[in-house]
Amino acid sequence: MNFRFTQTAIDTENARRELQDLGAGGYASFEGWVRDHNEGQEVTGLEYEAFQELAVKEGGRIVAEALRRFPVKHALCIHRVGSLGLGEMAVWVGVSSAHRGEAFDACRFIIDEVKHRLPIWKKEHYRNGDSGWVNCERCAAEPQHSHAEHLHRAAATPREPV
Amino acid sequence: MQRDKAALEYQGKTQLDRAFELASRHVDEVFVSVRPDQFLDPARAQRPMIVDSVLGSGPIVGIRSALAAHPRTAWLVLACDLPFLSDAAIKVLLRHRDTSRFATAYRSAHDGLPEPLCAIWEPSAARALEEYQAAGGHCPRKFLIRHGAHLLDLADSRALDNVNTPEEYAQALATLDNLSPMQLKIQYYALMREQAGRSEETLETSAATPADLYAELAARYGFTLAREQLKVAVNSEFSDWSRKLAANDAVVFIPPVAGG
Repeated sequence: MNFRFTQTAIDTENARRELQDLGAGGYASFEGWVRDHNEGQEVTGLEYEAFQELAVKEGGRIVAEALRRFPVKHALCIHRVGSLGLGEMAVWVGVSSAHRGEAFDACRFIIDEVKHRLPIWKKEHYRNGDSGWVNCERCAAEPQHSHAEHLHRAAATPREPV
Repeated sequence: MQRDKAALEYQGKTQLDRAFELASRHVDEVFVSVRPDQFLDPARAQRPMIVDSVLGSGPIVGIRSALAAHPRTAWLVLACDLPFLSDAAIKVLLRHRDTSRFATAYRSAHDGLPEPLCAIWEPSAARALEEYQAAGGHCPRKFLIRHGAHLLDLADSRALDNVNTPEEYAQALATLDNLSPMQLKIQYYALMREQAGRSEETLETSAATPADLYAELAARYGFTLAREQLKVAVNSEFSDWSRKLAANDAVVFIPPVAGG
C-alpha cells in the first residue's frame, strides 16, 4: 500500500525502511505538523477525520501518478486520523530515487495533491474555546451562490403555511 | 388526452389520490377543487371539496374559490397532473415561502415562467386576483408574472412535468417505475456529520440523482454548504451529480477538504 492511514503516531523509521533500494542515491521526506496558530487564531489541537475507503484509493492513485511522472524508486504517504496535539505529525511523505531532484519534486507533488484531492477534514480547536472545520465554516458563512443563500434562509427561518 | 387526468393511475393509484396524499403529508387540511358539475363525480366525492364559487373557468376560479372559502388561509395549490412531484419539491417550496408576495412558486424548467399550479397562494392575493379577472384576465401564470411572485428553481428539472398525451402517459409510467422509492445508504463526515446529527443512515427516497438527494437532505437538515461547494461519491468513487442512483447505492457528500 503506497498510501495508508494510522490512528497512532506515524512510525517514520519503519516507513523510511520501506523505501530503501540499493539503486537509490537518496531519500526526501515531508512531515506535516500541528501548528499552534491558523488564520489569526491560537490553535490548541486538531481532529482529523477521513472517508477512508475513498481516500485510500485516491491516495494510492496520487502516489502511482508520482511514480509515473517522476523517475523515482519508491514513494509512500501516511496520514494520521483522530485527535492530535500541538507538534504532532499529521502526515508523512517519503520518496527514494537515484538523484535528489526527482525525490524532492515527487515529494512536493504528493503532498500538494493529498491536500487537494483526498476526502480528509480537520477540525481546529482554539484557545478561546471555539472550534471549526477548516475550509468549511468560512465559506459556508459567505456563500458564493444564490443556491447557498437559499439553503441559508431555509436553515434560518423554516416556516410552514398553516 | 380525452381522459380525466386526475383519474389516470400511476403505481396502482389515481393521480388525484397521489396528489392528495402528497399534500396531506405537508399541510393540515387538503381539499379537492371541483367545478359544480364534478360535485357528484365518484373519483372526487370521497374527498373534502371546494366547489367553484366564482364565475369563470379554469384554475384561476379554483384558486379564488379556495381563498374565498378560507380567506385567512394560505393555500398550497397543486395540479392533479404532476406525477413526478415529490415531497422534496414541496418541502423546498414551504421552506422558501415568502408571505410578503402574492405567491411562492417554481420557475418552469422549460420556459422559466412561474408555475401557478404548484405554488403557495397567500390570502393577500384574493383581491388582486378578483381585479385581474374583472379586467378580463384568466391566466394565473400571467397574473404571477405581472405581480412578481417569489420564484424558486427546481432541484429536479422534471418535477413539474405534466402529462397531456397518451404517449406522455406511457413515458411517465415507465419513468416512475424507475423512480419508485429505493433504499440508499448515506454516510456523513465532518461538518455535514455534525449538521445531520448522525454519521450514517439508510434512507427510503425517490431522488433520482445525487443532486436531487442533496436537495432533499439539505431541506431536511439545513446543511449550510451549497451543492457547488461539495463533491459527491457513490459506492466509494467520485461521481457526477447527475449520475442515476440505483437501489442500495452508498452516497457520501464531500465538503471542502483539508488534509495534510
